[in-house]
Amino acid sequence: MINLVVLPIIVPLLIGTVLLLFRNNLTVQRIGGIVGALLTLVISVVLLTKVYTDGIQVVTLGSWDAPFGISLVSDMLSVLLVTSSSLITFVVLWYSVYALGEERERFFFYPAVLFMLSGINGAFTTGDIFNLFVFFEVFLMASYVLIALGGKRIQLRESMKYIIVNIVAAALFVITIGYIYSVAGTLNMADLSVKLGEIGSMGVISTIAIMFLVVFGIKAGIFPLYFWLPGAYYAPPLPVLALFGALLTKVGIYSIARVYTLIFTTDVAFTHDILMMLAIATIIFGSIGALAYMDIKKIIIYNIVIAVGVILFGFAAFNTTAVTGATLYLVHDMLVKALLFLMIGVLILITGKTNLREMGGLIRHYPTLGWTYLVAVFALAGIPPLSGFAGKILIIQGGLEGGFVWQSIVVAASTMVVLLSAIRIFIYAFWGSEKPFQVPPKKTYSQYMAPVLVLFALAVGYGLFIEFLTPYFLEAGRQLMDPSFYVNAVLGGNN
Amino acid sequence: MKSNDLILQTTTRVTFFIIFLFSIHIFFAGHYTPGGGFVGGLLMASAIVLLLLAYDFKTVKEVLPFNYLAMTAIGMIVAVLTAAGAIVFNVPFFTHWYDYFDIPLLGETSIHTALFFDIGVYLVVVGITLTIIEMMGGDN
Repeated sequence: MINLVVLPIIVPLLIGTVLLLFRNNLTVQRIGGIVGALLTLVISVVLLTKVYTDGIQVVTLGSWDAPFGISLVSDMLSVLLVTSSSLITFVVLWYSVYALGEERERFFFYPAVLFMLSGINGAFTTGDIFNLFVFFEVFLMASYVLIALGGKRIQLRESMKYIIVNIVAAALFVITIGYIYSVAGTLNMADLSVKLGEIGSMGVISTIAIMFLVVFGIKAGIFPLYFWLPGAYYAPPLPVLALFGALLTKVGIYSIARVYTLIFTTDVAFTHDILMMLAIATIIFGSIGALAYMDIKKIIIYNIVIAVGVILFGFAAFNTTAVTGATLYLVHDMLVKALLFLMIGVLILITGKTNLREMGGLIRHYPTLGWTYLVAVFALAGIPPLSGFAGKILIIQGGLEGGFVWQSIVVAASTMVVLLSAIRIFIYAFWGSEKPFQVPPKKTYSQYMAPVLVLFALAVGYGLFIEFLTPYFLEAGRQLMDPSFYVNAVLGGNN
Repeated sequence: MKSNDLILQTTTRVTFFIIFLFSIHIFFAGHYTPGGGFVGGLLMASAIVLLLLAYDFKTVKEVLPFNYLAMTAIGMIVAVLTAAGAIVFNVPFFTHWYDYFDIPLLGETSIHTALFFDIGVYLVVVGITLTIIEMMGGDN
């Protein structure tokens, strides 16, 4: 079936649209939302095995030939990300059934999440740079709905900022696409890779590369452009925050990785050096933020920024080891960030507060939550048997291979900061003298915990059974470092 | 003094149908001349806005008892399913197809699957424009 690549995009889109028709029926909304995400997950797993056995999957929409029609391309990186975002959406929707509150659920929450999933999967899959822009707008539009949904004062203020920042970024994106179209005369990424390779190193192409870095950097939250992120992510309710934190910045990272491994490979000394410097600065500033706050949501939000820096360091080092490591770390980070946000949601359910100083002594009453949180923190920091380890060690090894010694040391040191900032939540909230907390009903607590534990099992499994997954990531690294696989898959023999 | 908008209402009754027919014309002309689902849909929406200006929300709701949100959703479904029809025939998504049909009154006419996609776009544009206007202007 040649249309398998399209299905992770249109299944959530279609189910989300059908849900618009059943607005007042909450049961249909919940079941539809969860089934939609689950179906997408199943399809993407099928696609994952197909890409692994048969190589890169391409479908060119409308049967037009490659540079003229829109190509949808599933290579290993994109299909891994599609699978993990579908998985995370499924778990978060399951959690939202209990955690979000009926008022929001009735107001198109499930359709908005499914549209967002559709846009994210589309952005991961598309092989056309203007189509990438369209899919960006699809998921951003849905995220505007999600960030403002509920209409609290803080949400309205932050959604205003979020929308303005993203509209400016979108305008810049269109301008940049205009520039690259006027230089290369094509918008298909594979064709761009060939055309720009023929033109070779040229000032204007490096300029366009940096403009793309600015555009995607705003979405990804890299150093000077992450200013909107901590405030905007603080505003929405936790299930939405988990989705944003796990998925949205990753689309920006993916886009940077895609254009910097496929299209702009002619002047690496300039473009990737700038990416490298920004990645290091992102790690440092994220670390400062993560250590500065005593607010549990803020601490994890700044950890997103640190992870963005670490992953981009892997792509900036630009050798097979580092890129493989960055891919591994990217999927790990999506899983673990979603997990941490959901756990923080349980913590807020129990204590009713977000300030660490007002919590304490929870381990006696909630041992499961406490110990799973501790393991999740170890996974986040990258303690050996857990999931963060393999990715980060490869990133650092790749950095050293590329001769980026002090930069690699910064990446390694950032592990300490991540561990310190996240373990403080454990120490303050779970140890120490007991502070007053509200006792949620046992049923509510277990309802919250069920999806958390499922995601926990997956995240831990991802680390323990990394042996079985490594071939997929090695394949991803191989495909990323040699654009000819991608180009040949899209353009066939006619180049 | 009670305001009297007899002239506006009478002219609206005539112009509404002219704009409506023009919107249909623009819609069907889209394949060969400028026009198509988007412009056609906007024209249709503007005809309904004219009705809203001349009458009030309640009257227009009685005359055109549509749920515009459902209209948007149905338009989306029509558009997506038209494109997804390609999946049934196992050709790439969005692959289109046309043939000539003998239609009573019109004679031999070519019908293209892009037409159904455009009907979807038309419904979405009309539906979404009027949903926005209803939400901002309607006070019930």
